[in-house]
Amino acid sequence: MSVGAATGVTPERVGRSDRRKDLGEKIRGKAEFTGDLEVPRMLHGKVLRAELPHARIVSIDTSAAAAMDGVVAVLVGSELGEFNPRWGHAIKDRPILAIDRVRFQGEPVAAVAAVDEETAEAAVRRIAVEYEALEVVDTVAAATAADAPLIHAETVEPGLFHGLGDLPEEEGNVCYRYRLDAGSVELDEAEAELTVEGEYEFPAVYQYAMETHTVIADFGDGEVTLWASCQHPFLVRAEIADLFRLPIGRVRVIVPYLGGGFGSKSYTKMEPLTTALAWKAGRPVRIQNRVDESMLTTRRHGMRCRMRTTATADGRLVSRNVRLWLDTGAYADNGPRVCATAGDAAPGPYRWDAVSVDANCVYTNTSPAGSYRAFGAVHTQWIGEMQIDELARKAGLDPLEMRRRNLLKPGEPVRPDGTGKPLDADLIGDVERAAAAVGWDEPRSDSVGRGVSVGLLAAGAHPVSRASVRMEADGSVEVNVGTTEMGQGARTVMAQIAAQELDIDLDRVTVQGADTRFTPYDRSTGASRSTTLAGLAVQRAAADLRRRLVETAASRWGVEPDSLAVRDGVVEGAGERAGYEQLIEMRFGFVGGEVIGEGEVRPDRGSGSYAEGPVFWEVCIAAAQVRVDPETGRIAVERMATIADVGKAINPLLVERQDEGAVLQGIGNALFEEMVFSGGYLTNDTLLDYRVPRIEDMPAAMRGIIVENGDGPGPYGAKGCGEGAQAATPAALATALADAGVPMNELPLTPERVWRRINELKEGERG
Amino acid sequence: MADARLTITVNGVARELTVPEHELLLDTLRDRLGLKGAKRSCDVQVCGVCTVLVDGEPVSACTFLTADAAGREVLTIEGFAESEEFAEFERAFADRAAVQCGFCTGGFVLTLKALRDAGELNDREDIIAGLDGNVCRCTGYKSIVEAAEAIAAGGSA
Repeated sequence: MSVGAATGVTPERVGRSDRRKDLGEKIRGKAEFTGDLEVPRMLHGKVLRAELPHARIVSIDTSAAAAMDGVVAVLVGSELGEFNPRWGHAIKDRPILAIDRVRFQGEPVAAVAAVDEETAEAAVRRIAVEYEALEVVDTVAAATAADAPLIHAETVEPGLFHGLGDLPEEEGNVCYRYRLDAGSVELDEAEAELTVEGEYEFPAVYQYAMETHTVIADFGDGEVTLWASCQHPFLVRAEIADLFRLPIGRVRVIVPYLGGGFGSKSYTKMEPLTTALAWKAGRPVRIQNRVDESMLTTRRHGMRCRMRTTATADGRLVSRNVRLWLDTGAYADNGPRVCATAGDAAPGPYRWDAVSVDANCVYTNTSPAGSYRAFGAVHTQWIGEMQIDELARKAGLDPLEMRRRNLLKPGEPVRPDGTGKPLDADLIGDVERAAAAVGWDEPRSDSVGRGVSVGLLAAGAHPVSRASVRMEADGSVEVNVGTTEMGQGARTVMAQIAAQELDIDLDRVTVQGADTRFTPYDRSTGASRSTTLAGLAVQRAAADLRRRLVETAASRWGVEPDSLAVRDGVVEGAGERAGYEQLIEMRFGFVGGEVIGEGEVRPDRGSGSYAEGPVFWEVCIAAAQVRVDPETGRIAVERMATIADVGKAINPLLVERQDEGAVLQGIGNALFEEMVFSGGYLTNDTLLDYRVPRIEDMPAAMRGIIVENGDGPGPYGAKGCGEGAQAATPAALATALADAGVPMNELPLTPERVWRRINELKEGERG
Repeated sequence: MADARLTITVNGVARELTVPEHELLLDTLRDRLGLKGAKRSCDVQVCGVCTVLVDGEPVSACTFLTADAAGREVLTIEGFAESEEFAEFERAFADRAAVQCGFCTGGFVLTLKALRDAGELNDREDIIAGLDGNVCRCTGYKSIVEAAEAIAAGGSA
């Protein structure tokens, strides 16, 4: 037993569905989001965005805008020469405001700061820009054609946080390429007994965090303060410092509650432009995107993919060969990481003799694409799983049996080349539970299909998280951790972990949002990493605090710390007992002071790089039952089951709620969401035209199954969740639809597409 | 642009205001009255995060003119939170963790209150139909439906 460990044999304050810490202020409308904040002297910024998808800027005339009453500053790209010219955490390919050239419709060209939003908007309309149109490269096929014009002709540097080792040289419009090779695919394909292959299309979609990107910036004397709706405050801080040539400590990022993130607020988005505008204005400025602007700020990558999978006649998987092209739009954003993750996920968690993956991240003249929940895995899992099912049908095997025979077992290498972390989950047990939950073996009618899907997502990002836990003289506790509360319940989970380690009631613990000036460093909030890594830092910090309190008691009582135990906020042993408040008073001889514990997580060995990782493999498993109406092509989702293979659920209800949300986003992605670009122009940029799931889209039955095998690297054996269900849902729906007789190679599975496919298949039968 | 002088009762308090005729109720509430509980998102009456009650009816404040609220009663989530009735809504949402990011929550709560007051919150069908104008991107709706069922049951008890 560690020094003064809580005496309970099993954790008692974790594994409980405590009420969310943030519930009261959120339901009362008191929770503050960035757009609710008022900073003294604050101006309102609006952005002039490019009208054309690809053009040379001939001239910009801002004189009429600048002359308007109430306008304080008008900014164009050529005024920013004293700062670094380009930003981007993966590839520094992006100017703060367009210089000479625009590369997508909606690219910021100029910005206005005025006394109110209405004035700023009117001023933006008075800026005259003359463009000379350039050839538009609007698809990955056009961008990878031999004679395609280059979208980025200049040499660009790697960004601060690409995290992918040496970036390969750009080839044409391919900004990043990820390869995974093991064995000889060609040889295996030549000798294959069963082969399936196809070409597939995955749509660009919009994360739609309901709170749009919002930033307030104040550029003081060599110092920047930002209030930002960002998931990764410490990475934003470093990028802003680098871009504006400031020491890291002279940039301060404060993050209130986020109105949803889902990846859309990961890394840096509107912070550089807002900072630049505040610099020009000499006053704090707020920029709050409207929905159409947020859609053009970031999105999920659309993708084309060719995949071929082979097996023996009796259903043993042999080889998989994948080429895919992700449309990252005009700027890389997180495209390289999405590309690597898609490449990693493409083989699926199966045993292969040979694998070849060639994943390409491609620039086009469309809006930039970055992170969105379960990126990479969601792109490839549905394709891989459709092919597994097709092979199962050819081999005469039930899809579940096919998976039992071929899925990896715990401890086997996940990457076919043997690098990185081996499998840390029981996939066969998991998929059997999911299948049982949708009535896998029950009889079904012709128009009903059932599907399962299994995948893995490289989770955790870079394993660096720090935290501190402070106990005040009255025994109340503050957890200082950089995790952003964006709805996932992080503040509640972190508080439960601290309460467990200190064995105190949850009511005594508070958790605030990050303020980089005071909050210990945390890499990011994303990649399902917070409970696992930031949670581990909090656990260590709280244990360190407990150790300090116990040592205070031990020295006072003249006993060894090991002879003391902690129960219910009281240290006892050697015939003595004292509450934490008493111990603090003993320590300082005064009703004041504080005790702070610190915790740190960093790579155990090596550098913690992507190739050595991931921190854990997030399990992506779902099962579905759908009913398809052959007259209309409409799909009804009758049953959904998902697996949250979390090692240990710190708050089980919050785990279930995460996965329910992921299922609905997965349904949207699979069945109807799609950003429609035409010649580089986004044609459905309002929520009237871009349909997100509504309450009526909820499956008739939805079950989230929590699996707790204690096999995670986080506190109490926990590992993250919340993304797996999103990757698994489209795949389960697509395999279920194929099971109902309608295999589809293109998402979303809109009624029109499904109806056409049904009729094509009928024609084929007749023909 | 002409200004309108009007009186609106907001959360039980009469407010005399001079606002441009084209001003939206959402801007009046948030920027003039400091009531930030109603949020802005879609701007096209789809998402429901700006929902407030005008004379007991849910409206999207993002597309509702302040001038049209003249002489009427507006209830925002901050005002409803002060009522005795609210405790039941809070318990229902809390017990089922029907709140995640919280951006949409006030809109759901006010819509449910209006439905129940109108006697249109009796079963699951009512809930699904009545909440069609409120989007939640986080929860997947199941927890909200469960909370609404508890509120519906409470109302009939």
